[in-house]
Amino acid sequence: MTEAAMDLEAEAAGVVKKFMYVNRKAPYGTIYALEGLEVVLISAAFDQDVSLAFLDDGVYQLVKGQQTKGIEVKNFSPTYRALEGYDIEKLYVERESLEARGLTADQLLVPVEVMGRDELVRRMEEQDVVIAF
Amino acid sequence: MVNEGPYNHQASDSAYQFVQAALAKGHRIYRVFFYNDGVHNATRLTEPPQDDRHVVNRWSKLAEAHGLDLVVCVAAGLRRGLVEDNLAPGFRISGLGQLVEAGIQADRLVVFGD
Amino acid sequence: MLHIVNKSPFEKTTLASCLAHAGPGAAVLLIEDAVYGATTLNAAEGALKGALGRVAVYALGPDLEARGMKERVIEGVKVVDYAGFVDLVAEHKTSQSWL
Repeated sequence: MTEAAMDLEAEAAGVVKKFMYVNRKAPYGTIYALEGLEVVLISAAFDQDVSLAFLDDGVYQLVKGQQTKGIEVKNFSPTYRALEGYDIEKLYVERESLEARGLTADQLLVPVEVMGRDELVRRMEEQDVVIAF
Repeated sequence: MVNEGPYNHQASDSAYQFVQAALAKGHRIYRVFFYNDGVHNATRLTEPPQDDRHVVNRWSKLAEAHGLDLVVCVAAGLRRGLVEDNLAPGFRISGLGQLVEAGIQADRLVVFGD
Repeated sequence: MLHIVNKSPFEKTTLASCLAHAGPGAAVLLIEDAVYGATTLNAAEGALKGALGRVAVYALGPDLEARGMKERVIEGVKVVDYAGFVDLVAEHKTSQSWL
């Protein structure tokens, strides 16, 4: 490897990008919420600036009291509580999406930052990479 | 990133056309990552009718012609029965970290899904 | 920021949600079934027309043609091919797909 190539690699290794995972779909009806969460967990190993946004039906992913025994599907909602242990602490929930669905922050299973649409848009626009499911 | 399988959804077709156009313009494609049902784009067992496009072979040929890195998520593949035994040429199976790493290394990331 | 939508406005609310979240100066690209949202003489065109002054709206030509909708594009919507799609991605720092 040339010296220039080694410099490039060293530079890439230290890169910290702003990654936002945008969750807009409800759990269980489709797999996107679960497999999206699996990407988030892996991304924790890369020391990037990770945030999660929940809007539209994505806010349903965080509702307390999910019981999946009757549909015989794995209940992955406790995983959101484990995110803190992976140093993933930026969970943004759109206020308009909550209100439209008759939900409040105290009905969610993890502490989140509830913010208005304009603020959420501002944060989306700051990102380097947006992965939406 | 391609998140839907072939034929059921246009996502893989759109991604293919996008990649072709990007290559034609001289851009470099760092990686194509197949996730969710998108892993089905990598099965060598597909046999579409002769008068239709062959989505899987088309990706394989593009990979061969341009040295593309086509990566199938191992976990999503195992869930859906996509393993080394039925993997089409030009694809490789690897971890989700390959997606995050591509997001770090590439200038742009585009998601094609449902 | 480039927003990419791929659903018909008659089937899903993604176009409405995207337009509500696209900030001033953003670009919105309609591909696949979302190109129906770029056409005239239908019940959904009002929302897109209302957003045209605020955001730049593009529709993918090959998807319009495939669906027989090429002659019905709302005035002010720019039609691009796949090369134009690539340019839009290159011109914006990030893209978000509204799936």
